[in-house]
Amino acid sequence: MVCEMETDQIEEMDVEVLSSMWPDDVGTQADNQFNVEKPAGDSDTLKEVDIAEKRTMADLKRLPELLNTTDQGSSQLTNLVRQWEYMQDHAVRLLREELKILTRQREEAEAKELKIIEEHNFETEEPENVPVLDETSHLFRRFRQKKRDELVDSKRVVIDEEFDTVAYWKQKALSLEKMLEASTERERRLIEKLNESLKTMESHSAPVEELTQNLKRAEGFLHFILQNAPIVMGHQDKDLRYLFIYNKFPSLREQDILGKTDVEIFHGGGVKESEDFKREVLEKGKASKREITFETELFGSKTFLIYVEPVYNKAREKIGINYMGMEVTDQVRKREKMAKLREDNAVRKAMESELTKTIHITEETMRAKQMLATMSHEIRSPLSGVVGMAEILSTTKLDKEQRQLLNVMISSGDLVLQLINDILDLSKVESGVMKLEATKFRPREVVKHVLQTAAASLKKDLTLEGNIADEVPILVVGDVLRIRQILTNLISNAIKFTHRGKVGIKLKVISEPSFAGDKEQNETSVWICCDVYDTGIGIPENALPCLFKKYMQASADHARKYGGTGLGLAICKQLVELMGGQLTVTSQVNLGSTFTFILPYKVATSDDHSDDQDEFSDMVDHHQPEPDDTTEGYFQFKALLGSIYSNGGPVMGSNFLPHKAMLTSPIKLINGSVADPSNSSGQSQTVQVENGGYMDESESAHQYGNGNGHRCSSKESESCSSSQASSEMESELTVSSPREEEKTETEVKETSQPKILLVEDNKINIMVAKSMMKQLGYTMDIANNGVEAINAVKDTSYDLVLMDVCMPVMDGLKATRLIRSFEESGNWDAAIEAGVDIKTSESEQGCERSTDRLPIVAMTANTLAESSEECYANGMDSFISKPVTLQKLKECLQQYLQ
Amino acid sequence: LHAMNTVVAQLQRRFQDYLVSLYQQGFLDNQFTELRKLQDEGTPDFVAEVVSLFFDDCSKLINSMSRSLERPENVDFKQVDSGVHQLKGSSSSVGARRVKNVCISFKECCDVQNREGCLRCLQQVDYEYKMLKTKLQDLFNLEQQIVQAGGAIPQVNIN
Repeated sequence: MVCEMETDQIEEMDVEVLSSMWPDDVGTQADNQFNVEKPAGDSDTLKEVDIAEKRTMADLKRLPELLNTTDQGSSQLTNLVRQWEYMQDHAVRLLREELKILTRQREEAEAKELKIIEEHNFETEEPENVPVLDETSHLFRRFRQKKRDELVDSKRVVIDEEFDTVAYWKQKALSLEKMLEASTERERRLIEKLNESLKTMESHSAPVEELTQNLKRAEGFLHFILQNAPIVMGHQDKDLRYLFIYNKFPSLREQDILGKTDVEIFHGGGVKESEDFKREVLEKGKASKREITFETELFGSKTFLIYVEPVYNKAREKIGINYMGMEVTDQVRKREKMAKLREDNAVRKAMESELTKTIHITEETMRAKQMLATMSHEIRSPLSGVVGMAEILSTTKLDKEQRQLLNVMISSGDLVLQLINDILDLSKVESGVMKLEATKFRPREVVKHVLQTAAASLKKDLTLEGNIADEVPILVVGDVLRIRQILTNLISNAIKFTHRGKVGIKLKVISEPSFAGDKEQNETSVWICCDVYDTGIGIPENALPCLFKKYMQASADHARKYGGTGLGLAICKQLVELMGGQLTVTSQVNLGSTFTFILPYKVATSDDHSDDQDEFSDMVDHHQPEPDDTTEGYFQFKALLGSIYSNGGPVMGSNFLPHKAMLTSPIKLINGSVADPSNSSGQSQTVQVENGGYMDESESAHQYGNGNGHRCSSKESESCSSSQASSEMESELTVSSPREEEKTETEVKETSQPKILLVEDNKINIMVAKSMMKQLGYTMDIANNGVEAINAVKDTSYDLVLMDVCMPVMDGLKATRLIRSFEESGNWDAAIEAGVDIKTSESEQGCERSTDRLPIVAMTANTLAESSEECYANGMDSFISKPVTLQKLKECLQQYLQ
Repeated sequence: LHAMNTVVAQLQRRFQDYLVSLYQQGFLDNQFTELRKLQDEGTPDFVAEVVSLFFDDCSKLINSMSRSLERPENVDFKQVDSGVHQLKGSSSSVGARRVKNVCISFKECCDVQNREGCLRCLQQVDYEYKMLKTKLQDLFNLEQQIVQAGGAIPQVNIN
């Protein structure tokens, strides 16, 4: 490598001496000398190309300044001086040669003259005035002397031989003398011309020098400009073979380039393109520019901006092309980066605006939903008061007309409530607020309960049957509340449109349906198909498509005749789809309809069976085992015709049981042992209250004390409600029933002073709340934040907790979650994990109470962050909006304290 | 005695009018009525106690928030937010309607970390609570005068 470089440099030195057209540092920049064709051998090409003169736009005055003030310039100047000296020497040599030639010509001329003289035998004497050559030339004089000597000798011989006719010879001699004279004259003129020519030679040297100087300046300019430019220039002949090339960063030697085409030199991307481009320019005869990216082994990935112009000779024939390439890789990269950036920017902006739009829409929707929910709640609370009062009224002595009026009142109220519940449910599903819970449950029991419930309020001569295939697992995981809601809805629908015959539920396991798609399904998943069938009026085919649409019923006639909100099926469909299933219907007019929904469930493993048994099961099952109950595949219920439900009132009324409703015994109803027609459901509840306590619908999905024999199960709660769905929905909102208040008042007397905990950080709020409590006849404990609340709950058995949502240290939502977690697990591990410092005192007492669900009522500031949804989602039972008033507090206490 | 009765009646009417005006001008809302309901023979100064606690609270919270907000940089909005929350809860509890309303905008400013807006709201809250304080002092003075004159505090039905 080093060796090569040295030779290159030597070679370059030679070049430099010969021509300064090319930068003197060309060779030092690269290991391979790149190919300046030696100017001496290439002068023709240079003349043809004639770059310097045509292209230079040099300011000849400015240039010397530049040359003087820059390093490049001074090196160039030295170079120019050297060049000039060389040229001077060369000119002198040329002149000498010229002189030599002239001298030789003169000698020849003299020799010729002598010869003539000899031929014609001149006399020795010659006229004195004959012009002769310059006397100063000694050489010449010597020649002349010699000639004269020779002439004398030959004359003498001639005279001797021819002396016949004197006149003739005299004449001849005269004419010869004239010839000689003319010849001499010619010779003299020639010499004059020669001298003149010599003089012009001298005078000509000045313009040549000037031209040379101009040329040098132009060269200097080019050199100055191009010295560091990332530029390749070249000339190629019409076969596109390189005749010369200039490359600032050469990587090939000249012999590798000259006489070859691009394709012969390089390989890789862009080479062919560039050659095609050059050919195109050559063919079209039009200069053009193009950006070409090369991908060659030789110099990697580089982009060049290439300018190609055709070159013509004087006859206007194309003889090749000039091309100039500038490396613009970085610029192209930058440009591409910028373009990409701009593109990304545009895309991002578009996405942003899209997002903003979506957010806006979502916010709007959420706000609308929120408002709807709030409004529904606001409407429902007073309405339930009205209907509740009406219910109480219905238990008093009324005449027939009054009772009828009251029934209309109650059923109308019920319808409105149902409608509100449905709307609430729908909006919850639609806004995605509805969350599914995974709880273990027994499908057989669910079916049984739903049918029992329906049977309890059945007023028609119908058979309700349940049929569960053997392969249906005993225990599955799903959102039992929602599934029950769907079943209840479908069953009550079926009953509504069926006047004789059967209504039933059939459960069977099916293989995974095609729509299940790519959802991950583990082996423990099972698809259960549930048919709810009836032998009712059926649905005409043309009504089927809009059946699941909101507010649609099969026909206006049906709507009038059967009533209902027209939302039930829409909710069912949405719920089923929310759970990843599908709801379909088949029907034949006058023969009946079958609603089928298929849902995936996880099969609960027996391992955790023991832990959570109590979540779903009925205590009765454990204490008085009914062997067939868990595995029984067939149930049948008949209406308790003519029994307690002489009219719709009490049935409707059961809708307004608060979710902490007093529960009736299912067994009595199922067995038809509630035989006394005068025993209304309300009264029966009152009886049950004593051993019932209160419970939450959702509680059935969470926890029960398994050793708590007197606790009621979810099953029981169903049996007292004819529209289970609505009461389930109501479980999320506080509903106070006046009838309950009545009960509460009687019961409160029996119980000791209830323990109430207020969790609140604002001391003014505490002061006010405390004062209110006092006025209501209660005292309460205070916790200032969630952590204090947890410790208080751990140590003391409270009957009610009023929980502020937003608090320092730990907010109410989290505290509630942790309390619920304790109730479910029986330990405070979750709280400890969350960093709560649990004092271990009295932990035993805590364990004992782990089976109770502590009523926790949120106190919310009615902001978005403290929404009621949030409260429910975190396990709170209800909420009071702030500021707390006496009335609100009173209602709350009445609801939760007995 | 008759003159005495007239004075009491006058005071009572003034008290009534004044209280109604406080509601009408939006200084108070129903929660204040709630508060008054809680006051009985056992706790004759309940409202005054709660309200003075509230004003003390206001003063402390406003001071601490103003310290937070006057920092030129890195305002601890979380701290301010907690203060506003506290203030909002208290004002809502005592029925200090105007203070509560300012707190609502204050909270909004705080949520978007608008320091200028927060400072403006802070000033407003300061003004409002002081205003209310003066008004309520007047009210309590009237109350005392009635009591001293041997009269009973009249029931005022706001609606």
